[in-house]
Amino acid sequence: MNSQSLLIEALVYLAAGVFSVPIAKRLGMGSVLGYLVAGALIGPFALSLVGQQADVMRFAEFGVVILLFLIGLEVRPALLWSLRGTIFGLGGAQVGVTAAVVGGAGMLLGLDWKSALAVGFVMAMSSTAIVLQTLEEKGLRQGPVGQTAFGVLLLQDLAVIPLFALLPLLAPPGAMAAMPAHNASLLAGQPAWVQTLGGLAAVAVVVGGGRYLIRPVFRFIASARLREIFTASALLLVIAVAVLMELVGLSPALGAFLAGVVLAESEFRRELETDIEPFRGLLLGLFFITVGASLDFRVVMGQPLQLAGAVIGVMTLKGVVMFLLARLGGLERRDAAATAVSLSQVGEFAFVLLGLIAGAGVIGQGPAAFLTAAVALSMAITPLAMAGFERITVMLDRRGRRTPDAPAFDEGAPDVIIAGFGRFGQMPGRLLQANGFKTVVLDSSIEQIELLRRFGRKVYYGDASRVDLLRQAGIEQAKLLIVAIDDRDAASKLVETARHTWPHLKILARAWDRRHAYDLLRSGADEVERETFESALAMGASALRALGFRAHRAHRAANLFRVHDLNSFKKLAPLSGQEESYVLAARDAANTMERLLKTDMDALKPDSVDEAWDVKGRDEELREEAWSGEEDKP
Amino acid sequence: MVGEGMLLVMAHPALERSRANQKMMQAAREVAGLTLHDLYEVYPAFTIDVRAEQKRLMQHQIIGLQFPMYWYSTPALLKEWIDLVWLHGFAYGIGGTALEGKRLFVACTTGGRAEYYGPDGQNRYTMEEFLRPLEQTARLCGMEWEKPFVLHASGAKTELALQAGADAYRRRLAALAAVAVFVEPEGPAIQEIRE
Repeated sequence: MNSQSLLIEALVYLAAGVFSVPIAKRLGMGSVLGYLVAGALIGPFALSLVGQQADVMRFAEFGVVILLFLIGLEVRPALLWSLRGTIFGLGGAQVGVTAAVVGGAGMLLGLDWKSALAVGFVMAMSSTAIVLQTLEEKGLRQGPVGQTAFGVLLLQDLAVIPLFALLPLLAPPGAMAAMPAHNASLLAGQPAWVQTLGGLAAVAVVVGGGRYLIRPVFRFIASARLREIFTASALLLVIAVAVLMELVGLSPALGAFLAGVVLAESEFRRELETDIEPFRGLLLGLFFITVGASLDFRVVMGQPLQLAGAVIGVMTLKGVVMFLLARLGGLERRDAAATAVSLSQVGEFAFVLLGLIAGAGVIGQGPAAFLTAAVALSMAITPLAMAGFERITVMLDRRGRRTPDAPAFDEGAPDVIIAGFGRFGQMPGRLLQANGFKTVVLDSSIEQIELLRRFGRKVYYGDASRVDLLRQAGIEQAKLLIVAIDDRDAASKLVETARHTWPHLKILARAWDRRHAYDLLRSGADEVERETFESALAMGASALRALGFRAHRAHRAANLFRVHDLNSFKKLAPLSGQEESYVLAARDAANTMERLLKTDMDALKPDSVDEAWDVKGRDEELREEAWSGEEDKP
Repeated sequence: MVGEGMLLVMAHPALERSRANQKMMQAAREVAGLTLHDLYEVYPAFTIDVRAEQKRLMQHQIIGLQFPMYWYSTPALLKEWIDLVWLHGFAYGIGGTALEGKRLFVACTTGGRAEYYGPDGQNRYTMEEFLRPLEQTARLCGMEWEKPFVLHASGAKTELALQAGADAYRRRLAALAAVAVFVEPEGPAIQEIRE
């Protein structure tokens, strides 16, 4: 492929996505269907704008790897452990029972038991990419539906590994000849114990490396403060894990998931998420397009009724099985139904597995092409089925209210985002935490993060001036943003960006000095605090005490001074544009000091504090009364 | 200076813990011509702006004080506010005529039951007697003393009873704010919400 045709292909893919996805979204169909339709349109069986999909599809499958890595990042090991029942119980039952039921249906339709069983297992797979993307768009990822679907999908991904080994064994004797090289495993052809040992070693490398190696490496990379290098290394990490897993014959997606889980508790979690996210979106989009493009219209046109029957039959069987199992697993009827509908399609692994069993001679090439078309169609139908299901539930909702899904994947929405957790930000941060508020802290100093994490604080590495990172941190649910970073210009910029992006967000900002405070207010901060103001005032009060004032008097004098200074802060705000040049700014600073000193003299006379507790006027009155009283005496 | 309308100075150091004072404050918000002034919210550090407070007093015709009774007296900040703002030469003494002719209204809540307040109760004196210092403050400043409003057993009341008390409070505030001049009250000296 030369560079020009690469560019043209990129143009076609991007244009297809850019035009079809917003239209699909507008029609309430979700992005997945948009991509699939776009793919079908530009594919070799319709407009034929792009050629063979095999290469592109392999590349795009990496989107699934990234998706699983990102999901891993959200799943702390403890959560994974708590989901073990769903994964192994419900997931295992789903694969086993679906394979048996679909296989049984296949036998009724005249397949021999071996082919029927193989097809059953293939059809038991669902599409991780489509399900999770759709649930995410519908906001169901975090609730019981999302968790159940996720657990089942995870087991399916796990099950692919033994299926790769076992399905070819179902071939009739003599048909084994054409075993395709389905993966690039170094260990293919080695004895089983070597393969097992290699797999275990790779998993150990991922877990151990993630625990002990990745964090120092990322710390080192982050200290270079080059965003694109951090992105590159994040991508490098995911690709390295994927390649390692392929080398030992394990699923790259599963390896990436494992790497994500290992890193879920690291301080780089948010930054990794933010950096990798766009790749996920683009590659998954590409993946869906390639699925759409692989839809062979000749097969569709050749056997439309059989195909429709197969798609509807398989999806119905899968859905019913999943619904019953989910009900057995304790899900409410509606959640079970949503899970069943979302998992009813056949997934991307089916393409690979169909290639495998067709190559091994378990089923013929003709049925394989037919089933491939059925799989693609079922993926295309899923968003429609989900949308239809949603319509129905909305209609049912008019009769009775239901409580929203409780969030469970994360710690929940934060109350406050604190940007900068150094010597300033830690004060409000600790105060808020001590009073039971949930805070998410972003800091870009590695040393600081390390120290805080040693004390069990939730601190994430990240440059808080990035809108996407703030969004990841949950700013849209937060009530408050505290900007406490050291760098003056960065602080102003962050305030300005945040104010622009979230006009109703409450923003408190740390100001370096008076001028910076005005600057922050102009940028849109609701409240500012000059970083040295309170401590300097406290020292003034200490000085008064050292000079002989009683404690309360010194305290009150400082209080009065604070009120006075805050008033003059408001009064002396510079006219807009006054601070544009450095010379003007310097002159303004000098002017301001002069004006401050003058107002101090006017407002704060030494005796003005607490005149109430020293009623000179009344004493004089009493003396005058006594005086006149004496005069009255005869 | 003749002011207009009513100023209700509310003082509760932990309003979030007081159902009664919250409900009463809410009732006050619904009264037309009433300015609510939440002392602990405005002066959390007790740094009272004396000039601003004096101006606020002069601008209103009826001055209301709403507070929980602590040790037979007002909460600390309300006492501080009176100490610092009601100065000699402003509120009383020679030239101290700023509050003359205005009306002082006191509304307070108590933790104990109504029957505790009296010769046979554990507190030995009536509410009328416990409020004497404020009554005398009003007299010294040339103010009319409105019949106080007292809500007893504020913590022990049911939501329903509290709401009824708050409703009575709102009617009382509305009546005060609506009448321009002081009317000598009839009946008992204190409006007490017992149940």
